[in-house]
Amino acid sequence: MAQTELWIDRTKCDGSRLCAELFPERIALDDWGYPIIAPGPIPGPLMAHAQKAVDSCPVLALALRRVERRPPPPPGTKAS
Amino acid sequence: MNDTILWYTTRGAGAVSLVLLSAVVVLGVLSSVRFEAPSWPRFLTTGLHRNLALTAVVFLALHIVTAVVDPFTHLGWVAAVVPFSSYYRTFWLGLGVIAIELLIAITVTSLVRDLIGHSVWRVIHWLSYASWPIAVVHGFGTGTDTWAAWMLAIDVICIGAVVVAVGARLMLRSPDPLAADRAKFRERVSRKVVK
Amino acid sequence: MTLLSLFAGPPSSAGAENFRDHTTRLGHRPRGDRALIDTLDKSGLVGRGGASFPVGVKWRSVQSRSRGSAVVIANGAEGEPLSRKDRTLMALRPHLVIDGALLAADAVGASRTLLYVGEAHGGAATAIARALAERPPAERARLNLLGAPPSYVAGEETAAVNFVNSGVAAPVAIPPRPFERGVDGRPTLVQNVESLAHAALIARFGDAWFQSLGRHHAAGTILLTVSGAVAKPGVIEVASGCSVDEVLALAGGVSGKTRAVLLGGYFGGWIRAEQAGSMALDPNGLRAAGGSLGCGVVSVLDETADPLDVSARIMQHLANESAAQCGPCFFGLRSLSAATTRIAARQADHGDLPQLHRWTAMVKGRGACRHPDGAVAFLQSALTVFEPEFTAAAGARGRRAS
Repeated sequence: MAQTELWIDRTKCDGSRLCAELFPERIALDDWGYPIIAPGPIPGPLMAHAQKAVDSCPVLALALRRVERRPPPPPGTKAS
Repeated sequence: MNDTILWYTTRGAGAVSLVLLSAVVVLGVLSSVRFEAPSWPRFLTTGLHRNLALTAVVFLALHIVTAVVDPFTHLGWVAAVVPFSSYYRTFWLGLGVIAIELLIAITVTSLVRDLIGHSVWRVIHWLSYASWPIAVVHGFGTGTDTWAAWMLAIDVICIGAVVVAVGARLMLRSPDPLAADRAKFRERVSRKVVK
Repeated sequence: MTLLSLFAGPPSSAGAENFRDHTTRLGHRPRGDRALIDTLDKSGLVGRGGASFPVGVKWRSVQSRSRGSAVVIANGAEGEPLSRKDRTLMALRPHLVIDGALLAADAVGASRTLLYVGEAHGGAATAIARALAERPPAERARLNLLGAPPSYVAGEETAAVNFVNSGVAAPVAIPPRPFERGVDGRPTLVQNVESLAHAALIARFGDAWFQSLGRHHAAGTILLTVSGAVAKPGVIEVASGCSVDEVLALAGGVSGKTRAVLLGGYFGGWIRAEQAGSMALDPNGLRAAGGSLGCGVVSVLDETADPLDVSARIMQHLANESAAQCGPCFFGLRSLSAATTRIAARQADHGDLPQLHRWTAMVKGRGACRHPDGAVAFLQSALTVFEPEFTAAAGARGRRAS
């Protein structure tokens, strides 16, 4: 089964904090009220909460994406 | 079906819709100013806003269907869709048609928000500030119970709540702490002359 | 001994080399094609914009997705305050840059080629504009000159693409990256002007020639901007792999005693004088070791300067240059900059130094672009290299760090 992870468009996120309320298992808040998303695929039992968090974002900054099996970029490059 | 039941249902569903939609507007304002309290998390505001809006749509459907099929009003379905096309209370009913059509646009765009994107959704959602007052005036104009004490009380409470909420919204700054700085930066790095 | 390849030809006092002299000296530019990409792979040329990413790999990633309608952006925005090499290169050898841009366009299958030159770099923009007018009409028709806004992040590749698409040079979240979908949704190559100039020479003289210019295993030459406590600050071209000591000697030597060297600019990091001297300036080698040459800035701090003060001012600049799109970048860099400034002023609160460590971990990786990461990496290098100074200054107010 394809694994999914949370992806966030940081330029859209405006710190409304709904995602952290609905998915505290994987989303915490930093000192300024913006989400810290734990990396890695989301286990099956938590998927419903992940979906709720994605749906709750008022600016559509969150998405669930299929995990890509990509080799890590060499150090010092601009690749994410 | 007893005509009177249809008639009372139309009026009752209309009143309930007014209360629900007023609550929806207030909750929408609370959502945009990011209201929150120790026992009232943000998702409660947004969740209620959505659920009460969908409930209001159900009551509005009841309100409209019972009005159209009621033999007393001779409305017909066209009158429910084309504004100002009914013989019965033409102007006031027409306002109701406009209000519901705006609300349908708002509801549908909210349900397919993922597909249309945030900016388009937001512009259409602002139509709610037109839809609600038009609905209120429609209620005053066509409402059989307008001058009944209980209906007046409901009107005062609903209108009062929305006026206070919208007033607060207008006076408070944008809750997005980056709004001003983002705009300043974009101004700095925008192309000045169109080639 | 200085070795010139980009700056071979007339001296800098002669100004921009015109098209006639350029073609007389070097010949007309060859045709760019996919074979050129293989040559670039073998040459070992890596990008000179800061990431040191292999140029051949980058061109191929665009070429493989292009269906003849790709886009090339020659990036001469140079928003790094300590760097002057790109504007100098464009002012003196505009035709090398234009050659490189057109070669890239041919090789990746681009239908549009844009020259993105910092609008504040008047000399460079004038030279490029004049050079464009000297080119044959067929080439002139393919090229467009754009003025990049004077901001630090305007040179970030998604910001450059966004500027072309929407007129606003603000970075955009990835994916998709420009080589996948960029200008008008088409595969876009954003390449630094120095990288393109090197490619223009490699296309003429080959990969073996480029390899031979470098020291030991390093390839080619590099442009550096030397500044700070040196007698002759400025832009120089050196063999890749030469040492920092040699570079400082070329710049007239250090006035006073070297305390530390800032390598790579505001996006780079501090190196202690003892380690810097013999360090080989080879972009590939540094990258493999987890470091970076960045955009080739070598700035010397001597004993008279206060490293905390310099670091604080750089942090302030980086914080002010945030695009204010992402909360962690804007607020994080602002908090980091304020705390660093307080420490430098010897007015630190007792929580400031631990907070620096905490906030750097909190900010890293949480912006849409790499701006906050660069700022954090710079601060971390300062905290490491100047650890004694930071600790002393943090406790200077009389309160003990807990």
